[in-house]
Formats: sequence, structure tokens, C-alpha cells
Amino acid sequence: MTQARQASEVVADLRDVTRVYQMGQVEVRALDQLTFQFRQGEYWGIMGSSGSGKSTLLNILACIDRPSSGSYSVRGTEIADLDDDELSELRGQSLGFIFQSYNLIPQLNVLENILVPVLYQDEQPDGIEERAVALAARVGLGDRLDHRPTELSGGQQQRVAIARSLINDPALILADEATGNLDSKTADEILELFDELHAEGKTILLVTHEPSVGERCEKVLRLRDGKIDEVYDNRSVDGS
Amino acid sequence: MNLRFVKTLRLGVQSLLLHKLRSFLTTLGVLFGVSSVIAMLAVGEGGQEEALEQIQKLGSQNVILRSVKPPEDRVSNQETRVVSYGLTRADEERLRVTFPGVTRVVPALQAPVEVRFEDKVCSPRVLATPPGYVAVTGREMLEGRFLTWGDEQSDASVCVLGYEVARFLFPFESAAGKRVKVGPEYFEVVGVMWPRVPIGSVVQDPSVEAGGEVFMPLATGRSRFGERQAIVRSGSQEITEVQLHEIIVEVDEAENVPFVADACREMLKRNHDKKDYEVIVPLELLLRLEETKRIFQIVLSSIAGISLLVGGIGIMNVMLATVTERTREIGIRRALGAKRRHIVSQFLVETIVLSGCGGVAGVLLGLAIPKVVEHFADLNTIVRPAAPIFAFLISVGVGVVFGLYPAWRAAHMDPVEALRHE
Repeated sequence: MTQARQASEVVADLRDVTRVYQMGQVEVRALDQLTFQFRQGEYWGIMGSSGSGKSTLLNILACIDRPSSGSYSVRGTEIADLDDDELSELRGQSLGFIFQSYNLIPQLNVLENILVPVLYQDEQPDGIEERAVALAARVGLGDRLDHRPTELSGGQQQRVAIARSLINDPALILADEATGNLDSKTADEILELFDELHAEGKTILLVTHEPSVGERCEKVLRLRDGKIDEVYDNRSVDGS
Repeated sequence: MNLRFVKTLRLGVQSLLLHKLRSFLTTLGVLFGVSSVIAMLAVGEGGQEEALEQIQKLGSQNVILRSVKPPEDRVSNQETRVVSYGLTRADEERLRVTFPGVTRVVPALQAPVEVRFEDKVCSPRVLATPPGYVAVTGREMLEGRFLTWGDEQSDASVCVLGYEVARFLFPFESAAGKRVKVGPEYFEVVGVMWPRVPIGSVVQDPSVEAGGEVFMPLATGRSRFGERQAIVRSGSQEITEVQLHEIIVEVDEAENVPFVADACREMLKRNHDKKDYEVIVPLELLLRLEETKRIFQIVLSSIAGISLLVGGIGIMNVMLATVTERTREIGIRRALGAKRRHIVSQFLVETIVLSGCGGVAGVLLGLAIPKVVEHFADLNTIVRPAAPIFAFLISVGVGVVFGLYPAWRAAHMDPVEALRHE
């Protein structure tokens, strides 16, 4: 019942999305007429070998790249209609990013890093600092608010990045090889955190090339040569 | 909005502090540019002011004619010869009668005599001149009075001492009422004049070389010392005959000064077959000074402009390097919702902080340099309040101008590329 209601809202809607790169004389079709919908509360692993188009797909989903043709909309807002400023606003308000190399800003401490997306909002929501502190505690860094990224381990930095991705309560959390730079134990902890977020109803898209990570996701979308190769539900494979 | 500006500012400062040495070296260009602007302006203004003051003391509405001994033609080798040169009473008369716009003509005769009081002797410039002298030269009395028409008519044996002479002869007491010996005769001191600001390089002031001045009525001078002066040299005696050593012509309005000056030159040229006179026009000097000042200012602003340009280029260079270095940070910020203008303002603020710090330090150094110059080089310097403000604003302007391009470049990076940057 709950599942059916959640599944009804489309968060990210891709229709015939094609992305073509011009590499010198050669035209590379990184995405080829891809049509897919990600729904509220889903936890997707986007997999594929290198060159399969998963990074391109992520860039488009993240609104830092635009499709060459086709349409992409986030919660009903068509990306093609937005100018650069509106796109920036959409990124700041509706999307959360988690990168492979954490990408924290070295000059800022943990709390300030978590608050970076808020810095660019036109209005500062009330109690945002308290929310940032709560998020830091939520990812287990409540006692390290004034530490700089260089004073943290990789796993801790990624936790800060996760807290940062949650600060604006985004419609979509995009994670790019979020565990790629971590040892397996730390990676496991991060994935547990994703599980928790998923359980809270967050929509997560996790790009990875590691099968072990892909298995942890709710569903998997596998790409090949810019097209959908296969789509499967981990739970149904398990027989649950 | 304000809060965001504070945050941006703080972030800029933090980023700059991340590379302290680099930031410091970058500000040096602006620092030296700004400080040299202030220092050069101060020294320049000081020199100008001094010269201006000197010229104004001479009276910008005056035309000064002076007798000059012409180069000797050594044809006669007689034992005694009479050399006659210089301005004449006829010249004075012509000036008085024919020249429109002339309000006063004050002649002066100089006597080469010593002045004594008890055992003290000095050789000032002894001038015999009518009472008008004090008015046309704008001098003031320290004590007593200047010469009067009464003195002139009665051929009185009275004199007025210049400040230097009075101090020399009467170091501890008032000179007024004392009797000093001028040449062979005794004169009563009726007044002492205020010191005159020493005339430096602009116009030669004979009184300084002579070590002071003593004034007596013109008639007294004529009757006591005459116009002939004997100079005894080894084996020969030379008698010079000068009717008037100086004529000061006062003109009614400053704008008429050039005409009167030209007319004086014309008149003297017609009536003198030798160039045994000179015409000094303070106003012309003043105008020439204005011209020099303008050229000086153009040169100064060019130097200032060049040094600030160099400083600005240095800043731009460093900011471009910074932008490249922080490409990834820019990518992150863009991905997290920063608009182009946020990136522009972030880097622009950093550049302005850099150049502004250079500007403040430059102003401080620029204010210190004139003091040092004044102390060691004995030059007069003037720092106008506008100079440091102007220099600081320029430094901020440099930050804006040279920060715009790096900031624009940062803002127009492709976020995808920027995020991929190592």
C-alpha cells in the first residue's frame, strides 16, 4: 500500500535522452534515446562498465549537463526551459550530491561544509544551523563540527558530504562511486547509512561499477553503450 | 544578503590566508604603487608650495626691473675708468608717465656700504627707497615704522633694519631708537621688518646673499652716497655709476601684468644700447610654475598609473593561477547550487581584499615616506587629505578591474569539466 503510493510520484523523468559528444572528428553517443523514470523513495544502483554512459547519465540527472536531445524533468520541471541561474537554483534546492572523492571545501570546517548549499539560497531557512548540527550528529560527526576536511578520515569526509547532500532536503540524492575511495569496512558503514536514508523514504541514485555495491541497492539499472541493458529488482531476485 | 556578503568576505580572507606568502607578495605591487603615488605627490606639492610662496612674496602684480652690470669690454686699460650702466631716472619717469595700468613705481638705489653698531660690522644690502616700497612688496613691520614721506622730504638720517641685520646688531635688545653707523654717517633706527621667506632657486634674492637689508629714504641715500661707487682693485680703480638699482612697477590688475611687462621690456630695449637690466615678472614665473606643475603631475600620474598597472597585472596573474588551482572547488560550488554571480563575487572579493590590503599598507607607507624625506632631505612635503583617499580608491579599483577577468573565467567554467579537474 505504502509502496504503491510512493511509486506513483515520478522524481526524475528521462524521455528519449540522447547525449552526443564531439571528440575531434568522431561523434560519441554517450546516451542513446534513453527513457526512464525514477520514483520517489526508490534506491537505485546505476551500473555499467566504463564508457557505458553512466557518468553522462549522472551529469544529466545532476543538471550540470544537458541532453543533446530528448527531455529531462525533475519533479515536473523541464530542464531545457531553465537558464543557468534557474538550473543552479534547482541543483541547490532539489538535488543532493555525494562524490567519490568527497569534494569538501578545504578552507571550511565540517559545519560550514554542510551549510554550503544553503549559502547560495536566496533565503536562509529558519533554524538551518541547528539542522546542520543535527545532520552532523546524524552521520556521527556531532563532536567534530569545527574540524577541517584535512583533519578527517576518508569515511568521515564522506559522512560530511552525505550530511551536506541532505541539508536542503533534496528530492533526489545522487551518489557517484560514493564508496570508491574507501576500504571495505568504511564502505560498508557508508552503505548502511544509505540503507537508513532509503528506509526514511529518500530517493537515492547510486552510480557504481562494483557489483557488491550494486547488490546493496534496492533496484539496479545497468547501462551498456548508452542504452539500458537490464533493469532488475534485488529484492525479487532474493525472492523477498 | 548582508550575511552572505560577510560570509563571502570571510571566505575570501580564509582562502588568501591559505597562501600567506603568495598573497603578501601579490599585494606588494599595489603597496608600492600606492605609496609611491602618495609620496611623490607629497614631495611635489611641497616643492610647488614653497616656490609658489616665494613668488607670491615678490608680488604677483609687480614687475621688477633690476640693473645688471653688462659683461666688461676690456678695451681701455686706464687706471681709472667710469662704468655707467643700469636703469636710469629717465626710465623711472617714463614708467610713471606713459604706462597705463601702472599704479605705483618704486625706485631703489643701493649703496655698497657697511653697517656698524659699536664693534659689530655687517654688509647688508643698503637700499635707498621711497615709502611705497613696503606696500608694493607686501612686507610687514616687526616693530616701529617704515620710512615716511616726511623722512623723504626732510632728507632725514633714519633707517629701517631688516630682521637679519637687527638680530645681528642687537641680539638682545630692541633696535628701535638706536643709532647705527651706515657708511660714514649715523642713522637712527625707526623700525625693524619681518623676516622675508628666503627665496630659493626660483628667483634670486640679493638680500639673502648680502646678509640682510637696511632701508633709508631715497633722497637721503642720494645725498649721502650719490650714484657713483668706487671699487678699488689691484692697481686700478673702477668707478661704477648706477642711477637706480631696482624699480618695482606695481600693476593695477593681474591680467594687465603681461602687457606692462612687455611694455617695460620694449621701453628698456629702446633706451638702452646694452643689456644692462633684467625684467623679472613674478606672474610669469607663476604661470611657468603652473605649467611645470602640470607636466610634473602628468609625469607623476603616468608613473603611478604604470606601477598600479604592473601591480594589477600581478594580481590578475595570481588570481588566474588561483582560479585554475581551485577549478574543482568551483565545480563543487556550482554543483551545490552556486550561480555564476556567486562565483564572480567570491573571486572578485578575494581580489579586492588583496588590492585593498595593499592599498591600506601603501597608504600607511606613503604617509610615512614624506616624513622620512622631510627629516633627512630637508625638503618640504605636503600630504593633501585627498591623496591617500584617492590612492586607496585607485587600489580598490585596480582590484575590480584586474579581478573581473579571472572571476569571469571562474564563473564560466563547465561544471562537468571543473568537477573532473584534478
